[in-house]
Amino acid sequence: MRITCPWCGERDHQEFTYRGDAAAKRPAMSDESIEAHQAYVYDRENPDGAHRELWNHTGGCRKHLVVTRNTLTHQITLCEPIGPWAKRLKAAAK
Amino acid sequence: MSGFRLNLRDGVGTAIDSASTVTFIFDGKSYEGLRGDSLASALIANGISIVARSFKYHRPRGIFTAGSEEPSALVTLRKGGRTEPNIRATEVELYDGLIASSQNAWPSVDFDLMAVNQLPGKAFSAGFYYKTFMGPKMAGNRTTQFWWLCEQLIRRAAGLGKGAELPDPDRYGRMNAFCDLLVVGSGAAGLAAAELAANSGASVILCEERALAGGALTSAPDFIDGQLARDWAADKCRQLVSHANVRLLTRTTVQSYFDDNTFMAVERVADHVPTPAKGQVRQRAWNIRAKSAVFATGALERPIVFPGNDKPGVMLADAVRRYAVEYGAAPGKQVVVFTNNDSGWLAARDIARTGVVVAAIVDVRPDVSDVARGAGEDSRAKVFLGSAVTRAKGFRTLSAIEISAYNELTGKVGDTRDTMGCDCLAVSGGWSPAFHLTSQQGTKPVWDAELQAFLPGNPTQKWHGAGAMCGEMGLQAALETGAAAAEAALSEAAVPAGVADIPVVDGDRIDFAPAPVFEIYTGKKSFVDLQHDVTADDVRLAHREGFVSVEHLKRYTTMGMATDQGKTSNLTGLAIMARARDLPIPEVGTTRFRPPYTPTALGAIAGELYGHLKPDRLTPMHDWHVANGASMYANGLWSRPESYNRPGESVEQAYIREARAVRAGVGLVDVSTLGKIDVQGPDAAEFLNRVYSNGFAKLPVGKARYGLMLREDGFLFDDGTTWRLDEHRFLMTTTTAGAGRVMEHLEYHLDVVWPDLKVAIASVTDEWAGVAVAGPKSREVLKACIKGVDVSDKGLPFMGVREGMINGVRVLVARLSFSGERAYEVYCGAGWGQALWDSLLKAGETFDVVPYGLEALSTLRIEKGHVAGPELNGRTTPLDLGLGGMVSNKKNFVGAALLKRSAFHEAGRLQLVAIKSTDGQKIVGGGHLVKGSLENPGESEGHTTSTCFSPELNCYISLAMLKQGTARHGERLFATSPIRNRHVAVEVVSPHMVDPEGGRMRG
Repeated sequence: MRITCPWCGERDHQEFTYRGDAAAKRPAMSDESIEAHQAYVYDRENPDGAHRELWNHTGGCRKHLVVTRNTLTHQITLCEPIGPWAKRLKAAAK
Repeated sequence: MSGFRLNLRDGVGTAIDSASTVTFIFDGKSYEGLRGDSLASALIANGISIVARSFKYHRPRGIFTAGSEEPSALVTLRKGGRTEPNIRATEVELYDGLIASSQNAWPSVDFDLMAVNQLPGKAFSAGFYYKTFMGPKMAGNRTTQFWWLCEQLIRRAAGLGKGAELPDPDRYGRMNAFCDLLVVGSGAAGLAAAELAANSGASVILCEERALAGGALTSAPDFIDGQLARDWAADKCRQLVSHANVRLLTRTTVQSYFDDNTFMAVERVADHVPTPAKGQVRQRAWNIRAKSAVFATGALERPIVFPGNDKPGVMLADAVRRYAVEYGAAPGKQVVVFTNNDSGWLAARDIARTGVVVAAIVDVRPDVSDVARGAGEDSRAKVFLGSAVTRAKGFRTLSAIEISAYNELTGKVGDTRDTMGCDCLAVSGGWSPAFHLTSQQGTKPVWDAELQAFLPGNPTQKWHGAGAMCGEMGLQAALETGAAAAEAALSEAAVPAGVADIPVVDGDRIDFAPAPVFEIYTGKKSFVDLQHDVTADDVRLAHREGFVSVEHLKRYTTMGMATDQGKTSNLTGLAIMARARDLPIPEVGTTRFRPPYTPTALGAIAGELYGHLKPDRLTPMHDWHVANGASMYANGLWSRPESYNRPGESVEQAYIREARAVRAGVGLVDVSTLGKIDVQGPDAAEFLNRVYSNGFAKLPVGKARYGLMLREDGFLFDDGTTWRLDEHRFLMTTTTAGAGRVMEHLEYHLDVVWPDLKVAIASVTDEWAGVAVAGPKSREVLKACIKGVDVSDKGLPFMGVREGMINGVRVLVARLSFSGERAYEVYCGAGWGQALWDSLLKAGETFDVVPYGLEALSTLRIEKGHVAGPELNGRTTPLDLGLGGMVSNKKNFVGAALLKRSAFHEAGRLQLVAIKSTDGQKIVGGGHLVKGSLENPGESEGHTTSTCFSPELNCYISLAMLKQGTARHGERLFATSPIRNRHVAVEVVSPHMVDPEGGRMRG
């Protein structure tokens, strides 16, 4: 499998670490409910088909990226930057 | 013993050099072969028919094919550390001095005592192990015990070759390659594809499994553009390799097809020579990333199953043809061809042309094409139409066959049988496209009723099939589809394709469609899977017992599960099952082929990476430790001193001495391995406040704080001190083992959860060397060497952090204590680590400073009740470890919400305690805390975590997790380990065994 890191370019998947479903959003710091945190930690969809997921380029720039991968074919259709510098990268790309 | 070398002439022995003799040894005897021979062809030429014994029944087995699909002729190659078992003799190129031996036979392949296994016959049928060893009781034993009893005997009797027991002396290489187009197979289709791509300027890698490129062209009698096929192929290869953009890899099998068009190919660089040249690798694994691929992998001939079909002398027709034409090695003096399709007739003609007698052609069909008839006439063979071979006869090897009338529609065998003498039966049951690579990628094959074979289905990746691999049989079709596949592939690789110039073939044009006959059934033993000894009756037995799905059939009979993955047997097995179920073959289904295509040496996969694949991490003071008697200990990837052992001193004696010296005076320990993370930015304090369970927002500059980090699910994750160096700058320390995962944890939260926080972090573990100076006299040592720091309690209070100089080295010093004594951690740039260590040692001389290792460090913290790795094991919360006071209820933090879950607050949880041995025995690590005796311990109420001998308490102690432990101080229990036969009387005490008020470290 090949993953195109938005920062480094196309690399072998061995350089990356899977970090799970990108849809899981941590509740805000003001939210202290067990239920909301429970959902964030444990509840996951298991879709057949397109799946947005977090990967970390651990063997490279160590930044996270959101990879859209088809769970049936492993085909990767999109690799997006995420994090504090993502906006700047997107702006620079334009 | 009936094979022989033919008179070599033009068209006979095209692949070998008749002038160059090589000597080789098989089963201890010396033989001669010719350069260009395969081991199989040389064995045939020397008249050796039995080369192996079968897996289960120890039946004699010969050479069945001429390629990598070989199920039978498995041998062990070479000697000593280079010993390699289960190698297909058909793939081995002969070299001078080659040593091969047969396998799975005792005392020899010709006379094998284990062959009695075939006498009980039915006893070893499919499901034998399940039925025998999974029943309720057997011979008065539980069946598992019975299995243990029998296993050794069975393992010795069944199976294949034995692996080498010495280290492999050879090197293996690895290459990464990228190309526009990967072409697998260099037959007509592959060469046509590679040529078009090469002329279009694409980067091309062309892989050929054999030493000689050309595929079927190397023995085809046809002409291409007026040139003999093999000459045309040789010319094409010469032209191709003259292109700078083409790489031709011969002796290279594309083994595996992974996602995103990533391939693994194994090149046998030096398997055809006695030993690799100096510096040369034996094999090289290629990691090929291809924008697109053309699979021109051809088709594999399959047999027809009939009684006695495993007898040496029964071979595939095309293999007999190739041995005669390419190697000039005749597998028999009297060949009979048995076929259900026209290709068998052409094989008969080509075999006869080399001078071998083809006595008869037996075809199940009542009528055949004119081309087949003509080929039959050329071969001067007696022709039996509408007939079948109903039995292969002979003692050990084939000596005669029985022929009967056969109805291809009903499968009925006639009553009368003709017996005909023959020592080689060349069988053709049709052709199965070799779509294994596409199957590895999940492509479902589709049934082709015409060819009576599965074809590759629709691609799920970027590949295109060409030639026989996708059912386009014949040379002309191969050349055309090869070019077409390359054109389609090039468009995927975004390379404009040039115009293909398709050559014209002058040769046989036959219809490859076979009669749908897979098995001649007479009720006698016939084999489907030659490598795993699966009979046609085993398949029917599976059906009768309900294992009808193809996946069950496979597992119940082990059909197709041998090292050849059933290349020559799967379809036949399916056909037999389909007949038993009265279903069309495609409805029985197919199984998926798995990588690799052929068995691959682990060395080739490992390449240069062996041992553990990670770096050894050494601290700047490592050499000093080793030079000063330290026994080193692996702590994760780090190598750390366990203890500094004086002559005659055991590790236990050494650590007790060291720990005692620290409590009485002062000691030095290398703490460079602690994880260190530089945290900077205007929001750094807020960030730390969110990831630690205790407050960090108000930590003043120049102070350190011990922090607990939780996972979001509420369990403890890591601990360590974090030092505020500046308003916006912190130095975080982590446990040695946890450094990597803490870094990832922080990165995740900054990148994904709180991207709005203005914080940057960097791992600086390797940038800093650290030394802890601990003991009542630690202050004196520091005072003697540090400049710029007031080390009084006022100038450097407990948890204070200061910057200073020691012998010209800038240092950070923090007053922290892991041991419970007054102590300091001194950090400097890693390059100055040894200098700092030396300075502190020198300054400590007058105070009898001792260096101490991990064991003493651990002993001191256990006595103090400080938790570490064994307690922070991912199953404990701060509450369990008595650290509830460090969980802030004034703020939210990672893990705060889920730590409130009721299960974490239930009364029965294990809580941290310490235990003291009351009977003088050593406490076992991992022992259970029980009330009962060793024989009858009762229920476990907890377990020990970190154990040591305490010099301070003068007894063995341990930290432990005990149910409701906090409330049970003073109770008497036993720490038990039945597997080590140890039972120690202990008393439960508070974990804070030394200086519980903390006066020593603060004052």
